[in-house]
Amino acid sequence: MSPLFATYLALASALLAAVVSLGVTRLPTLLRYASFLLLGLSAASAMYAGMSVLLTSTSVTMELPLGLPWLNWHLRLDALSGFFLVVIGVVVLAVSLYGPAYVRTFVHAKAPQSFTALSVFTALFILGMYLVVLADDAFMFMVAWELMSVASYFLVAYQHQYPANRRAAFLYLLMAHIAGVSILLSFGVLAGAGGGYTFEQMRAADLSVTWASIAFGLAFFGFGMKAGMVPLHAWLPEAHPVAPSHISALMSGVMLKVALYGLIRLVYDLLGEIQWEWGLVMLLVGAISTLLGVLYAMLSNNLKRLLAYSSIENVGIILSALGLSLIFIGNGEQVLGVLGLIAALYHILGHAIFKGLLFLGAGAIARATHEYDLNNMGGLIHRMPRTAVWMLIGCLAIAGLPPLTGFVSEWLTFQVALQAPVLKSGVLRALIPVTAAMLALSAALAAATFVKVFGVAFLGQPRTRNARHAHEVPLGMQLAMGMLAILCVLFGILPSTTIGVIDAVPQLLLETLPPEATTAGWLWLTPMSADVASYSAPLVALALVVVGGLVYLLLRVRAERIRRVYPWECGYGEVNARMQYTATAFAQPIQRIFAPVWDLDEEIVEKRHAKQPQLVESIRYQLQRQDKSWSRLYAPIGMLVLGAARRIGYLQTGSIHTYLAYSFFTLLFLLWVVT
Amino acid sequence: MIEWGVAIGQLLLFIAAAPLLGGWIKRVKCHLQNRAAPSLLQPYRDLAKLFRKHSVIANNASWLFRATPYIVFAATIVTAAVVPLLALPLPTAAVADVIVLAGFLALARFFTALAGMDIGTAFGGMGSSREMMIGALAEPVLLMTVFTVSMSAATTNLSEAVDFTLQSGLVLRPSFLFAVLGLMMVAVAETGRVPVDNPATHLELTMVHEAMILEYSGRHLALIEWAAKIKLMVYMALIVNLFLPWGIATEFSAASLAQGFVVTAAKLALLGVVLVVWETVMAKMRVFRVPQYLGFAFLLALLGMLTHVVLETGG
Repeated sequence: MSPLFATYLALASALLAAVVSLGVTRLPTLLRYASFLLLGLSAASAMYAGMSVLLTSTSVTMELPLGLPWLNWHLRLDALSGFFLVVIGVVVLAVSLYGPAYVRTFVHAKAPQSFTALSVFTALFILGMYLVVLADDAFMFMVAWELMSVASYFLVAYQHQYPANRRAAFLYLLMAHIAGVSILLSFGVLAGAGGGYTFEQMRAADLSVTWASIAFGLAFFGFGMKAGMVPLHAWLPEAHPVAPSHISALMSGVMLKVALYGLIRLVYDLLGEIQWEWGLVMLLVGAISTLLGVLYAMLSNNLKRLLAYSSIENVGIILSALGLSLIFIGNGEQVLGVLGLIAALYHILGHAIFKGLLFLGAGAIARATHEYDLNNMGGLIHRMPRTAVWMLIGCLAIAGLPPLTGFVSEWLTFQVALQAPVLKSGVLRALIPVTAAMLALSAALAAATFVKVFGVAFLGQPRTRNARHAHEVPLGMQLAMGMLAILCVLFGILPSTTIGVIDAVPQLLLETLPPEATTAGWLWLTPMSADVASYSAPLVALALVVVGGLVYLLLRVRAERIRRVYPWECGYGEVNARMQYTATAFAQPIQRIFAPVWDLDEEIVEKRHAKQPQLVESIRYQLQRQDKSWSRLYAPIGMLVLGAARRIGYLQTGSIHTYLAYSFFTLLFLLWVVT
Repeated sequence: MIEWGVAIGQLLLFIAAAPLLGGWIKRVKCHLQNRAAPSLLQPYRDLAKLFRKHSVIANNASWLFRATPYIVFAATIVTAAVVPLLALPLPTAAVADVIVLAGFLALARFFTALAGMDIGTAFGGMGSSREMMIGALAEPVLLMTVFTVSMSAATTNLSEAVDFTLQSGLVLRPSFLFAVLGLMMVAVAETGRVPVDNPATHLELTMVHEAMILEYSGRHLALIEWAAKIKLMVYMALIVNLFLPWGIATEFSAASLAQGFVVTAAKLALLGVVLVVWETVMAKMRVFRVPQYLGFAFLLALLGMLTHVVLETGG
């Protein structure tokens, strides 16, 4: 099968899935399976197409007779789009396994939404993402981009009976379009210089540094907004959690990556010579996004909202790695730039997998318990043992712990940052280690966050009736999560092999190969050279398993049987679920340390005994937390826009005489201009 | 091949000697505080007793609770395997560098914190929450200090970094001074010593590490205790060998190894005394003082890094 054919097959089956879904209310079961089967087929062929261009480092161009009469749709499949096709394909494949069982809850629900809308827009959303990464002209890119944005709007608005969802969806649409306009303007700058809208012409354009920087600024704003960088992120934690969970997995795991694809394509491929200042901006924004994202995540109690905030953190990590890469390239250190890009791509791949896994897990919990709030969960490891294992792997991977996939990209990013001394500018040499420290802090906070997630949701005692009566989810959903979890482990312990494949991307974009990353064989990862840094993930994992296993066997030989008893609770009677730390309590120390980050509204009301005031009868604790970007950025801009609208609104008096006068004076004015 | 032999021997020595170092610290501390001191071998007796005993666990403990001691122990041993103790070069240091070391310490902490929440008692959750807070603030300090050394030595491989310090002779590096102070402060926090945590208390509202492992008993507890002792020794070996590596064996002859053994033992014993004095003159801090303490350590680490960047690399 040629990559070209596989690409067409992926697009056609995604489109067919949308068509098939139109009739889903007639034949719910059959067409539901057919739709997800087609999506699975499209994912598999997208992955096949992507892998074949990555492995052979070739590129294929296509032209579809659609679009504007003078500008047909240009498609191009090269290593970069191939890599992103693989990323999209992996998550879509998992979703297609997960979907049939998961969406059943929406079929029979007596809710106002139509099941058809869910299926059709899911397929269109996926189709849009494929087309964005394949587009080879700005017109095609924007059409695909809008298809992706608008289709996902309908998915966010899917459960529109809740006002909060409608609000989130509107906000999402608004932000997507502000971002879209900015991207369009950026393409406009490039097209103006290049004389046409195809990427080929843009590549050939000779931009001055000023114009290139303007194009970069616009693109960074647009793609960054879509990717959820701080401070433009406020829409993301509203929109991602309210969609059905498999859609959240696609949005957080993949759609953010598609935005980053746009940024990489534009900066590395189309803009020409790279300036290190762009890298600096990206690095700073990335580091701030990382830290704030994880802090916001730490304090969220709604599981899906927490995961959405954590996506902001991970986008920050990717932006930081890209920023480092640009700084090094701008300073003539091509090889280090390549390593930075590889770190970013590795994290893109890793985050798609583990964030997809975690969102699917959140969906599994929601299906089993109907709960989203961590404080209503607890003890699920006993009720949902397999989901618990997959979620544990996801939590370990996202916390950046070895030997899983999150650690590899973190390690690579640190290695690149540690090469800062080669730079000439003292400011950069000092700044890069500081941002590395911020990344280290964020990684440690992410570990705390995911201890909270797993500890509160799966361990301890069930906090509610729903959690007590949870049941393990059907096989398809488990398979999907299991597949992603196994990939988390595989990409964690086989980094050299993976990088050997990803290599094709920097080879395409920068015409440089990473020097020695993979030369020492599949066992060793040596980004610079063996005596600078090396990491052997397979050996480390092996050591962990061997030592743990040996100790276990040694102790087993003569171990007494384990005795099980009731835990002792200091003589106060039986241990009950309310004695446990809640998610809020768990995060409280962090909340107190980093208090300035949030708008906090804390209220403690103590009721004392009437006769004996030293006795406290009851305490009521209320806590309201809000993301500061609302009060500091979004709300003021919103007020400004409203205020301006009101001012302009004075023109609209409702009286026909005034309107006639307007027309008259306008005519006079125009006549004056003409003469 | 002989390198690997020495590395494995060194690792076994590391594991075996960790309780002894703990015993030494306890003994000196008792002497300093005018108490009758237990034998140096007391930690071994304690471990042996715990290994013999029944493990008693709560009714609702999950498999994670039972797996955690093994994971924590294994992860700590991996970290011990990559820190040079007696002799250079250490081939295992190439398998996992200093960032991986920090990662494995974080992995052990992650699982300990989860195990603390497994039973669902108030103490466990409290310990886990506080441990993760301390860990979150301590990890960047640890990485910053070792990065200062890594940037000077242009490697994150611990064996190579120690070799670099050894090769460059007695050079005064202000950055190393800041870094070693930062590392010592963070070591105190990470290993749960006074003033951040007190390894000798139970059932107090101030405990952190002990609160998490309160439900453990028998061989599970023995593994966790042993891992804690190895972790303390990892930090101490890191401090003495990264910043003052003189005396470490650089060839694999018997005389050289013996010299390395004696010198390292002396350095660790001395650092143990420093730790004891520190623990004796300091009072245990309130939990919410700890961020300030670690903030100060972070500042030291950052100063070390910036000193290196500004003063020690010609621009």
